[in-house]
Amino acid sequence: MDVLDVARWQFGITTVYHFMMVPLTIGLGILLVVMHTMWVRTGNPEWLRMTRFWGRIYLINFVLGVATGLVQEFQFGLAWSEYSRFVGDVFGSLLALEALLAFFLESTFLGLWIFGWGRIPKKVHLAALWAAVIGSIVSAYFIIAANSWMQHPVGVVTDDATGRPEQVDFLAVLTNNTALAAFSHAIVGALMVAAALLVGIGLWHLRKRRLAGLSPEDVDHAVWRRSVRIGGWASLIAFVLVAVTGDYQAKLMYQQQPLKMSSAEALCESEAPAPFSVFAFGKLGSNECDDVHSWTVPALLSFLAHGDFSSEVPGVNELQEEYAAAYGATYPDDPSFGDKAGEPIDYAPLLAVTYWNFRLMIGMGMVSAGVGAYALWATRRGRVPTSRIGVYGSLLAVGAPFVANASGWIFTEMGRQPFVVYPNPDVPREDQVYFFTAQAVSPGISAAEVWTSLIALTVVYGALAVVELWLIVNFVRRGVTTSDGSPTPGHTPDGDPDADVTPGSASTRRPDDDDVLSFAY
Amino acid sequence: MDLQTVWFVAVAVLWTGFLLLEGFDFGVAALLPVIGRKPADRHLMLRSIGPLWDGNEVWLITAVGAVFAAFPGWYATWLPALYLPFVLVLFGLIIRAVAFEWRHSHHTAQWDSTWTNVITTGSLIAALGIGAALGGTTLGLPVDGDGVRVGGAFAGVTWSALLGGIAVLGYSMVHGAVFLALKTEGPVRLAARAFARRWSPVAALPLLAWAGLVHLREGTTVTALLWLVAALAVLVTWVSTRLDREGPAFTAWAVVMLASAATIFGAVHPVVVVSSIDPAFDVTLAEASVSDYTLTVMTWVAGFGLPVVLGYQAWTYWVFRKRLTADPETPHTAAGEPVNA
Repeated sequence: MDVLDVARWQFGITTVYHFMMVPLTIGLGILLVVMHTMWVRTGNPEWLRMTRFWGRIYLINFVLGVATGLVQEFQFGLAWSEYSRFVGDVFGSLLALEALLAFFLESTFLGLWIFGWGRIPKKVHLAALWAAVIGSIVSAYFIIAANSWMQHPVGVVTDDATGRPEQVDFLAVLTNNTALAAFSHAIVGALMVAAALLVGIGLWHLRKRRLAGLSPEDVDHAVWRRSVRIGGWASLIAFVLVAVTGDYQAKLMYQQQPLKMSSAEALCESEAPAPFSVFAFGKLGSNECDDVHSWTVPALLSFLAHGDFSSEVPGVNELQEEYAAAYGATYPDDPSFGDKAGEPIDYAPLLAVTYWNFRLMIGMGMVSAGVGAYALWATRRGRVPTSRIGVYGSLLAVGAPFVANASGWIFTEMGRQPFVVYPNPDVPREDQVYFFTAQAVSPGISAAEVWTSLIALTVVYGALAVVELWLIVNFVRRGVTTSDGSPTPGHTPDGDPDADVTPGSASTRRPDDDDVLSFAY
Repeated sequence: MDLQTVWFVAVAVLWTGFLLLEGFDFGVAALLPVIGRKPADRHLMLRSIGPLWDGNEVWLITAVGAVFAAFPGWYATWLPALYLPFVLVLFGLIIRAVAFEWRHSHHTAQWDSTWTNVITTGSLIAALGIGAALGGTTLGLPVDGDGVRVGGAFAGVTWSALLGGIAVLGYSMVHGAVFLALKTEGPVRLAARAFARRWSPVAALPLLAWAGLVHLREGTTVTALLWLVAALAVLVTWVSTRLDREGPAFTAWAVVMLASAATIFGAVHPVVVVSSIDPAFDVTLAEASVSDYTLTVMTWVAGFGLPVVLGYQAWTYWVFRKRLTADPETPHTAAGEPVNA
């Protein structure tokens, strides 16, 4: 593999890994805000325990998201310096504004929330969590605006002197319709991740408590029951929104990147009306569209793409020719294209990758929503499910929305190849801004260097994943009650953590106060 | 001042803010095995930076983001030239960040000491590496006229990079000590005072040498004066530590960094990447910069955003302003002492 391939693998691995933490941070943050707000409003102890329990998981996960996010900001420069030079006038400012307007908010107020229990007034403390979570949502917007500009560059003209895009309309970059669609889709997708976690863990604890004969009257029972109910409803509502935003996004994609969508459907020839492929067989790996055959639903694709059952949807073969006519059949014979210089350009993304990731995304989203519906049904009117399959299935299905999120991104990023900045078809051909992935990689670095970092980062990430999972599983198993069954430490019976950090209360505190629900170091 | 210079100053301020703020948490982490003899002491030291380190690190993210945003030519030359060193920095920052959070997520002595060591190791790597990167870009990196590194993976690791690395680490360790002397009570405070007393003059030397070298290359009268201020501040720090005046020692040591960074950035301006091959290959502000339109937009957003950020970050420092003691049962606010007591 040459530098380009290794660098692409590195970007893919580190980004998909980073995006395991991100949706959980965003989704759980939103639910945590609800829990904490309810506690401050009602003073009800189960809300406090929910905040503390889910808050702890939130923090274990948050820090790994922050740590792996650092790599993201550096690697555009490290491995993709030519890309960074090309897009500098637009892309960098979005990253800088993300740091200034979102990361500061997130990190500073999260520190205040962690260490502020009992040290600042209750409502100010709650506001700190709100600020931190708003920070993560704002950061998602900026980074998605940056990504969407690569998918659909707006607000720029070509600078004649350098041949690079020059920003002329910042507001257009911020209100890019691609960004609005992708942002709303990503946020509700993140909510599905958190919802599945609440459902899976909540059901498991409910079942365990019931089998152990523990009382359904105490506060712990209420904690898990409420978690499942919130998770179940959040999962269903988010799924509906995921579908609505996804549909909007797909329709946009048919205008902006038709090859991505036709590849996702393995639609070789243009058809009117076009069928929707349910399952494909044949040689998807060959990337020759005509080797693929699929079971289809007639006319459904026309509906998904254009909202009616008759419109034509262009096929991969025809689009390939259109793109080759517009952007060249071969890469320019220029050293900046590395090994690809003078080679023919394949404008269709890898069929197998786009096709199956698209289906994996939808399928896993459906699984997740199904589990949410099951959880609501199984816990209706105070019931507690004891079904082994149902409960362990729900626990296993915690992974489903993670897979859906990852495959959605793999689909949309791999689907825009061979471009790293995709030409915007709304703009006349001569004014279009575009950039091939093949010319984006840093010219001075060797494959050995990128291999070194790829292997090192993958090993470290793997080890961190093991520790993170182990910590979360350990923590989840302990639940909200200490091992001897007494109420969680650090809390007075009425659930007020503020009371026990007043001076002089040391004698009334338990020795293992750091244990289950403490936040500070 | 034209917008490019405004943003050069902004980037310099961000880097200086990072070195000042993250400097003390790097330093506290590096001092864990030196000052923190007992687990309770180490626990206290970590608590002193607990609420602050993550916010401090955002200064780094913002500094790098601002370099990319305002000067992509700088970003795209500097980072690949030091590819593996930067990856090592990222490695240090990653393990350090997770260690802060994970250390107290499980409770055995072994677990605790392992992650405490990880915090120290990660901080050492990050401080050395970031110093090396800044040293390289201000004293010379082997880049050619296209901004492409010449001479293999480790060509960027030169004596100037090493000087920068040692300078930032040395500065941070004393910075951590004067911070601990100010923020804690008991044996940690005494040990931190002793450390600062002994090492502050020595630890400042690499930083002064770095600033001096950049000044000698392209400096002005102003940067010469700034350098003198930095040297004088070292003296004031040292005297203050001998007199056990913790507030003045901390302030003077902060001035050491402010004046040194001002010397370095002031002298190197308008160059952002110094080429060690040929001065003609230096990357200048004008070559590296984005368009005036983009700079204008960022100026407006940052003009409103930055004061707000500074406001709430300062407020957090105020909330956690009280001295800490090693007794984990005593809350931060219980002592009721004024900050500089």
